Amino acid sequence: MERRAFLEAAGKVLLLTPAAAAALEHGLLGSTENPPEYKQADHWWGMAIDIGKCIGCGNCVRACKTENDVPLEPYYFRTWVERYHVNPDDQDHPEVDSPNGGYDGFPEKYRAGDGTKNFFVPKLCNHCAHSPCVQVCPVGATFESPDGVVLVDRTYCLGCRYCVQACPYGCRYIHPERQTVDKCSLCYHRITKGLTTACCETCPTGARMLGDLKDPKDPIHEFLRVNMVQVLKPQMATGSKTWYAGLDGSVR
Amino acid sequence: MSRLFGHKEHLVRMAGLFAAGILVFLLARALFVPKGFGTYGHYRAGALADNRAYPVKFAGRDACVECHTDVPDALKAGKHARIRCEACHGPLAAHAQDPTKAKGVKPDPKVLCVKCHLANVAKPQGFPQIDPKEHLGPNCGECHDPHVPGQEPQKKG
Repeated sequence: MERRAFLEAAGKVLLLTPAAAAALEHGLLGSTENPPEYKQADHWWGMAIDIGKCIGCGNCVRACKTENDVPLEPYYFRTWVERYHVNPDDQDHPEVDSPNGGYDGFPEKYRAGDGTKNFFVPKLCNHCAHSPCVQVCPVGATFESPDGVVLVDRTYCLGCRYCVQACPYGCRYIHPERQTVDKCSLCYHRITKGLTTACCETCPTGARMLGDLKDPKDPIHEFLRVNMVQVLKPQMATGSKTWYAGLDGSVR
Repeated sequence: MSRLFGHKEHLVRMAGLFAAGILVFLLARALFVPKGFGTYGHYRAGALADNRAYPVKFAGRDACVECHTDVPDALKAGKHARIRCEACHGPLAAHAQDPTKAKGVKPDPKVLCVKCHLANVAKPQGFPQIDPKEHLGPNCGECHDPHVPGQEPQKKG
């Protein structure tokens, strides 16, 4: 082959392969867009929790396990409730318990009038906007969706457990059967259909409130305006989107 | 110039190797990178659809009141007005799909009521709580209508 002919051929190959690859991706692999009725760009989900309303009944814990097929035992949770027992003179060392995550409620353990502060704190994935768990995933199996929900791609998760360690809120566990990570999906299968999450659906006191921050009519704006709110571990700059009203300084 | 390109077979071999390397890379990339990876970010776009495809088990209040139209009005009279149906009645999406196939089970007030109303010091102070030593009949439902707790249950004929 002449040099000119070779160079021409090589040039053509070099120029055309990326185009061919792009054409392959575009044509053969199909579109991945969602059906038009739910537009991800129009939503930005978060959760508001009113500590003063939580009665520790465990309805959310039971509903979440049912809705998302979280194994009953061993006791792993996508959401759970903690009971705090705080001595006002020693705020830094609260006594925290969560028997079976609150699944069976909270058997009375403390006496009224002993000078302590007692309250329940519901916990779930904080759906951080800058999630540490997403940052450490080596394969892109966990991610922040365009509508602000931290999700898991269970077909792509290796089960390496990096994210379990990275989450500052302890919201992840390895599913004992699948051996992949599992966590609160903010009931993504529900909220994208116009339903609320299973925990909000079953909370009898309205202590939990799912909110769409991109919807100007959503009551979450009023909640965030009227209440003094705080996120968990703000010093970690996770961009948490789970806001607590009436959060005590002893809560970790 | 002619000296520089004097041994063109070297160049041809090298270019061939490069081309082969690029081809192998593109082939491997097409094989190993999943479909839709990178559409929205460093993840598989199809994972969003996977997460959405999960079956719903709690139908939601709107589905319940489509048929049980009388209940919301009854609830309005009492303090349980804002509690959604499945908080007490459990997950009933299957029933909402096909009421003939799946039936809801009426919860037992004895078991149900204390899940919320059993006294506990960690509960908010204003929340109505009972101490079973002082206040527990044989069945809560004898005196309290679970839908309208302040009122006696209506006997159905």
